[in-house]
Amino acid sequence: MLDLQVDLEVRPGEVLALLGPNGAGKTTLLRCIAGLSVIDEGRISIDDVAVDEPLTGSFVVPERRQIGVVFQDYLLFQHLTVIENVAFGLRARGMRKGDARRVAREWIARIGLDNYATQLPKSLSGGQGQRVALARALATEPAVLLLDEPLAALDSTTRADVRRDLRRHLQAFTGMGILVTHDPVDCYALADRVAILDAGRVVQIGTLTEVTAHPRSRYVADLVGVNLVSGEVVGSALTTPSGVVVIVADAAPGPSLAVIRPHSIGLTRGPVVESSIRNSWPGEITEIDRLGDRVRVGVTGALTLTAEITSAALDAMHLQIGDEVTATAKATEIEVYAA
Amino acid sequence: MKRQRGRTNLPVPAIALACSAIAFFALPLIGLLWRAPWSQAWRYINDDASLAALRLSLICSLWATVLSIVFGVPLAWLLARVQFRGRSFVRALCTLSMVLPPVVGGVALFFALGRRGIVGQYLDRWFDLRLPFTTAGVVLAQTFVAMPFLVVTVEAALRQLDGRLEDAARTLGGAPWYTFRRVTLPAIGPAVVAGSVLAWARALGEFGATITFAGNFPGTTQTMPLAVFLSLETNPEKAIVLALVLIVISFTVLVVLRDRWFFGRNGGSSTALP
Repeated sequence: MLDLQVDLEVRPGEVLALLGPNGAGKTTLLRCIAGLSVIDEGRISIDDVAVDEPLTGSFVVPERRQIGVVFQDYLLFQHLTVIENVAFGLRARGMRKGDARRVAREWIARIGLDNYATQLPKSLSGGQGQRVALARALATEPAVLLLDEPLAALDSTTRADVRRDLRRHLQAFTGMGILVTHDPVDCYALADRVAILDAGRVVQIGTLTEVTAHPRSRYVADLVGVNLVSGEVVGSALTTPSGVVVIVADAAPGPSLAVIRPHSIGLTRGPVVESSIRNSWPGEITEIDRLGDRVRVGVTGALTLTAEITSAALDAMHLQIGDEVTATAKATEIEVYAA
Repeated sequence: MKRQRGRTNLPVPAIALACSAIAFFALPLIGLLWRAPWSQAWRYINDDASLAALRLSLICSLWATVLSIVFGVPLAWLLARVQFRGRSFVRALCTLSMVLPPVVGGVALFFALGRRGIVGQYLDRWFDLRLPFTTAGVVLAQTFVAMPFLVVTVEAALRQLDGRLEDAARTLGGAPWYTFRRVTLPAIGPAVVAGSVLAWARALGEFGATITFAGNFPGTTQTMPLAVFLSLETNPEKAIVLALVLIVISFTVLVVLRDRWFFGRNGGSSTALP
């Protein structure tokens, strides 16, 4: 049995990401909110109505909760066509067939699958299936949208496209969104806040910028403690809105997100004279966090970056807050995602 | 399928044993065909007693199949999806008649539903309803031995079905019965058909429970298997012809439905088969 104890609140129009490794309790939490699993104690409420509260005995069955769920492997009904899948929730809630189909058709147009309306799910690609699952969940206009690793089943090329679509739909969604993922990039693109879950507990919660910049534990640091730099890729350079250039390798042109892992950032005193390392950003040390025998060093210059070095290196270089350093990173160690 | 490439390294002993098994099933059939009085065949079939038995067999076995579906699918669902104490006991109880000698089943039915049986005496006293030695009794005896085949098949399909599909339907607002009708049932449809065919075939061939519980009255309880058995003593040639009629009917149904439902659209994921 998983021991899951969390205290979370999501506001309408907000998307909260639940980030954590397999077995952290993310999916279980979603199932509890959906009413597919029950809680032992505490309270789950949607729009101030308790839907599961063992103390008072209140429990609202899943079909009466205003929820929409996008499951990890979509779980489309294979014997129903795309339009029947999307209309399913409306029909189940008693809408007349003609009306349900009309609403479903609008949703199918919105996800750009007009030509597939009468096809069976097995003829869809992974990305298309995901969009149908999303339309099916949104068609009933739920108060809460639960997304369980919605991009995990996709290959990396379609993932960026689907992520962009998902982002568009989530921005238009006025209810509460909860997104389960283990990918910080998903959080960045889709969520307003992120809660880090570990072994059934929320170990940190905040905006992604807060959490990535100030991970409160070794665990969170490993999971999401990365530097995120957004900008436009042209050729092999990503340029931020403020004009800072990050040299990258193998990136497609367009708006992108660069992920620079702290352990791939080096620190040098003074300017770098000659090196194969393509990126060097001067700045001032603003923070030194010791997490075990590694140290996270905050460097603020044109970019705000976190480097992770060993405490031995820190001590040998006598680095202190206020020191001028140059942060360096190899272009090949920077991951770039289409944003 | 990679049959072409696999053909080069077939395990010879397995093939030999498999071929022996095929011969074991084929030889009795060949024996019947060989001894069949072909010139007299039509006369034997086209007599009142044979036609009555054939008609009764078809009607009773179809009724038994309908009853098996109506009660067996919910039973399979209960066994597969609902956790309760004593579930394995209930499952064993409900599938016992698969392994029981049918005669024993017939005797047991008799003591339950017969005129002096625990339930039968009240049926008789209150409703003037007598089941033994009636056509309804034939249907009951057949259902008793046939339903487990459907239950086992459908339960297996339900266990294979991803229960999260039903979860998905419920989060979309599908009440349990709606979900069962629109998601569960279509998904296990092929298994229900397969199980029904098995149950029907078993009902059609039912002998022991029928003769014990319902007797052997031409026109009301004498089904084809009973007619075959009785003819064997009086007119063996007729017995062979009637046996062949039964074989042709069963064989046709199995062949026609097998391709379509057992190994059909779902790539044969559905069930255990005849």
